[in-house]
Amino acid sequence: MHFLLLFSRQGRLRLQKWFTPTPEREKKKIIRDMTAMVLARKPKTCNFLHWMDLKVVYKRYASLFFCLAIDDQENELLALEILHRYVELLDKYFGNVCELDIIFNFEKAYFILDEFLIGGEVQETSKQTVARCIEASDMLQEVNVFNVLSTLACC
Amino acid sequence: MSDVVERTLTALPSLLSSDPSPGRPSSTSKLGTLIRGITELTSKHDEEKLIQRELVSIKEQVSSPNTTMRQMKELMVRAVYCEMLGYEASFSYIHAIKLAQQGTALDKRVGYLAVSLFLNESHELLLLLVNTVLKDLQSTNLIEVCMALTVVGQVFPKDMIPAILPMVEEKLNHPKEIIRRKAVLALYKFYLIAPNQVQHIHSKFRKALCDKDPGVMSASLHIYLEMVTEKPESYKDLVVSFVTILKQVVGGKLPIDFNYHSVPAPWLQIQLLRILSLLGKNDRSTSEMMYEVLDESLRRAEMNHNITYAILFECVKTIYTIHPKAELLEKAAKCIGNFVLSPKINLKYLGLKALTYVVQQDANLALQHQMTIIECLDHADLIIKRETLELLFRITNGQNVKVIVEKLLEFLRHSKDDYVTIDLGGKVTELAEKYAPDNSWFIRTMNTVFLLVGDQMQPDIPNSFLRLLSEGFESAEEDQQLRLLAVDSYVSLLQEQPARLPQRFLQVISWVLGEYSSVKEGLEPATVLRLLAPLLDLRHCSSETKSWVLAAMTKLSAGPACLSVAQELAERHGGSLDTTLRQRLHELQHLASDGELLRRVLPCSDGLEPLEVDSTLSFLDGFVSEALAAGAAPYKPPHQRQEELAQEKALSVEPYGLSLPLSLSSSSIAGRLSPTVLSMSSGLSGNSTELSPKGGALRLEGVTRVWGKEGYLAKAALKPEEAAKTEVPCPLSVLQEGGSAPRTPVVSLPAPAPGPSLQAEREKQQLASCLFMGLGSQGAAGPCLMGKAEPTRHGFRKKVKGQGSSSGARGPSGDSASSSPSPLSAQSAMDNLLCSSPLDSGSTPSPADSAPSPADSAPSPADSATSPADPAPHLPHDLPANNRPCDAQEDLTEDTDTSETVVEGNSVAVVDPYDPEPLCLSPHLPEELCGLPRSEIRPLCRDASLVLSACCVRTDHSSLLVVFVSNASDSAARRFALQMTSGDLEVSRVRGGPEEEEEHVEGHSVAVYQYSLVPTRPSVHMELAGRASYQRPDGEPQSTPFSYGLSLPDFIRPLSVSTEEYGRLWLASSNDIKQNLALLSQEPDPLRATLHRLRDRLQLNVVDIIASEGIVACQLLQGPPCLMHCRLNAGCLAVWLRSSLPELPDCLLYHCQRALAQH
Repeated sequence: MHFLLLFSRQGRLRLQKWFTPTPEREKKKIIRDMTAMVLARKPKTCNFLHWMDLKVVYKRYASLFFCLAIDDQENELLALEILHRYVELLDKYFGNVCELDIIFNFEKAYFILDEFLIGGEVQETSKQTVARCIEASDMLQEVNVFNVLSTLACC
Repeated sequence: MSDVVERTLTALPSLLSSDPSPGRPSSTSKLGTLIRGITELTSKHDEEKLIQRELVSIKEQVSSPNTTMRQMKELMVRAVYCEMLGYEASFSYIHAIKLAQQGTALDKRVGYLAVSLFLNESHELLLLLVNTVLKDLQSTNLIEVCMALTVVGQVFPKDMIPAILPMVEEKLNHPKEIIRRKAVLALYKFYLIAPNQVQHIHSKFRKALCDKDPGVMSASLHIYLEMVTEKPESYKDLVVSFVTILKQVVGGKLPIDFNYHSVPAPWLQIQLLRILSLLGKNDRSTSEMMYEVLDESLRRAEMNHNITYAILFECVKTIYTIHPKAELLEKAAKCIGNFVLSPKINLKYLGLKALTYVVQQDANLALQHQMTIIECLDHADLIIKRETLELLFRITNGQNVKVIVEKLLEFLRHSKDDYVTIDLGGKVTELAEKYAPDNSWFIRTMNTVFLLVGDQMQPDIPNSFLRLLSEGFESAEEDQQLRLLAVDSYVSLLQEQPARLPQRFLQVISWVLGEYSSVKEGLEPATVLRLLAPLLDLRHCSSETKSWVLAAMTKLSAGPACLSVAQELAERHGGSLDTTLRQRLHELQHLASDGELLRRVLPCSDGLEPLEVDSTLSFLDGFVSEALAAGAAPYKPPHQRQEELAQEKALSVEPYGLSLPLSLSSSSIAGRLSPTVLSMSSGLSGNSTELSPKGGALRLEGVTRVWGKEGYLAKAALKPEEAAKTEVPCPLSVLQEGGSAPRTPVVSLPAPAPGPSLQAEREKQQLASCLFMGLGSQGAAGPCLMGKAEPTRHGFRKKVKGQGSSSGARGPSGDSASSSPSPLSAQSAMDNLLCSSPLDSGSTPSPADSAPSPADSAPSPADSATSPADPAPHLPHDLPANNRPCDAQEDLTEDTDTSETVVEGNSVAVVDPYDPEPLCLSPHLPEELCGLPRSEIRPLCRDASLVLSACCVRTDHSSLLVVFVSNASDSAARRFALQMTSGDLEVSRVRGGPEEEEEHVEGHSVAVYQYSLVPTRPSVHMELAGRASYQRPDGEPQSTPFSYGLSLPDFIRPLSVSTEEYGRLWLASSNDIKQNLALLSQEPDPLRATLHRLRDRLQLNVVDIIASEGIVACQLLQGPPCLMHCRLNAGCLAVWLRSSLPELPDCLLYHCQRALAQH
């Protein structure tokens, strides 16, 4: 995996994660290209795109586009399911997630992503485990260490 | 747009009021205000103003000393938001690090997040994070450890890995799965960015693979996929384990947690399938182990959901990659059929992709789906269309090339994407060169490519095209015809509209006209000159192109008519500011007026006798000796100059002025261009296009044709539906007919729909027959077709590319008589600089250099998994007893270096086949080797009758691997043979002992084989992969793989030198590293004790010890010396290593560290 972008139907970026080191200028170009390309896709076309030598797998969930770049030899369908699992995780955390949840709590969305993917690889596919992890970290704000430990113990 | 704004605005109040934590009301509201503010704005300009204001306010607050960490956290979130919108907030980076360092857990989390979003691996500020990470790794709070590991898995400076590596390693034994999992992923990251650093923990990876938690186990698969890709032969012993795991996963033995839409652990399954495909490639015996589980996977994945299709796709890929099995292939082909025929567009796409992958092995598969392919070719979705073209590209042959190239060009005409244009241009060129049916088609096609692709074209396309024209093929007549056609078409192109032609094409045109316009009878040079001259007036014509044009004109400028054109040109362009242009004009004018000189300078040969190029420049010898006599400095090659420069620097620097506590090794090596690298890259750049990766080349993805003629295809041909294909007219007649009539069988359509669509269907059928022509016959009667058809088609296949242009083609830059390179060769030299740069970078020490080796220092039961009795890695549902060897290993891996402990450890295990053998083998050691230092005898592998063990014996001048083959059965093992290979070692058999001559190992006896090992390059650990093969008494051939790990000290010998000699050697060596080592401080004389420890453990020679300094020397076996200068420095031993071999000091240092760490 190379990068993950979330953007709205208007092309406004909601979340970006780069798994391979990319220079700033290149990032801007990619974001521009991606939004333009994905938004220009007509309905009933496939969810895959070519960009340079990469494959871009995208999917629209309500008003948000999720867009993941992978290597050419990787499995596109699996990438599609990675996006779906991420949405499921967001949904589990926020409860009936909508774009606004991600806009206003984008750092939470990042935390969830970090528990799910790390360095461009799938880290944990169990929905429960990811949820418990996030929950445990969130509870830190109550500084109730015992509580945290007991939550972690179920991980 | 507006509805979203509305939704946002209406949702805002409730969002703000429902903020759950009353402790921090301002946080969300400030971010909320910002977001709302941005959403309200309509122009980009306003947004920019707002964000700039915001950034100024953030900047003010973060640098204020009164800001609390909690406020800081909130500011950081806002800064991240601004960066996401594309506005730089670099002032906040340092504060993000501070937040991670000083904040409480929750603030820390935001700090780490900001760091991972802001900084990339090479950012220098990351160094400041190292201490924070170190601290958090030691924290008792699990969450903090998690956070530290998460950030390490995302960004961490490469040079600082040694600082935290031990601590991350330690976490592999942590009781919590989540910590173990994150530690494994952090190590994976290290492996990717610095594989050398984690070589020694390969055994721990094996342990992670055996982890009882599936999450940890699947995390370790990332590492294995990477390592297996690099060196599949080293991991063959794990196939059984991978297969077992996959079986358990597919069988639903994992906790339900890991299910995804009720499919068991799909990610895990796919990862395993990928690993298996790598391991089974070109390896029959390994592939055989997988057939069952692959079959099972295919069978189980039947649900109609994307994820099962993803698994199926991977399965199909694996089946077609490993050694073929007819039954599985059939199922896989059916699977592909389902994909291709699916109404879901994503599946169709994948079906095409799978077809493209397999079509080289099984062209018939494409035939079966030809109508679908035709439909996809006209699909509304360009992506599908493109993938189809990719597929067509792979099935092109001499008969369908015209149709397929036409399709590719059609797509090319409409393509707007530069990348696609370049890619397709390369592909069309390749097909045209390979399969062109005739000369005029070839020229026409190439013209179209030059026109369509234009100046973005890969530079090797015009080069190889020109070379093709100049070098020609077998028949001179054909060559002339080709040139004539080219000249003809170019003349007419120039007459029409030269202004539209791209630069590259103009260059090609002018070169060809300059070289070959004489081929066309009746074409006067002056006419050509008049055609070329206007090109110089074109505004978009670059100065490079103008040079090509003028060079071509110079070649043609004979006769009075030309002289007038030349003079006319000189008048018009004589005042040009471009000096090159002016010079060329001058040359042109001069040569045009002096026909004698022109013939001498640019001899009008037939262009085929090669130019003599004196690459040693011996004709300059006289000049050089004169210059030397006159006192000039002798020439030094660049790398020597570089080296001397480095030495000068090294001498002027105070030895330990900069001793850092952390390892600088990797940076110091990377930071300096070692002479070897330098000379290598210069050697590379001198090479010709051979090295330049041709973008348009077939990407076979490493697929070799394992399908022999008698293999799968032959069997498939027997099936009734394909039987039709064998009725294709014999290839000979194909040739005679000229390949015009459609003779490829068309799979009959399912009952054609009545009505107007009938006509369309018929057209499609016609297209299909054109597209798939020759495909079936190629599959069925391949060899015959090859034999007959090739010679005529052969014409356009590129000749072996030589260095530059070897033909006698007259260089257009005809100013000096002999040695000036023609633009063609100059051009190719230039291309090389561009094209070979990725290769150059690839030639620097690559990850492949570091041989991944299972930790040889810990020969624990799980490690020596070569044994067939090795328990497969365990999933939770395994028997608890199976976990025991692992636990035993856990205690051992830390410090085992002696065989005794291992044996003890082994005895804990349930099964231990090796226990008695090693002890009784030592008497079998050849007499001359007794008494020499050697490693413990370790088991290599065993099967029903044979047990192989080995040890490494060190003599003064060699390292010998002694392999003991003990046959415990009653019958002899006949035709016993050992094969060993290694990437890092040169292995050669030592002949001698009588028992080695006859290759039988008698029953109840031990045969001893000796191999001499010489390292080809130093590395921390080296691995030897081998295979023992023999015939069982019943004649059945038997073969067992094994591997043996060695480490650098096995190849280190003391070097006895005097202190003076040492000084001289020191100056002569250039690759150095410095580091502080731990001192054995509890000893009475720490320096002496430490050096002696190194001497005893690593066979170093302590040359001299003077006061607080010591010098030590050793040498690599049959290799260069390595020198070590040690000095006591603030309770540490500051060492400075030097050697002429760049890798040697680094590797040796590693072993020094280890030697001093063990007690």
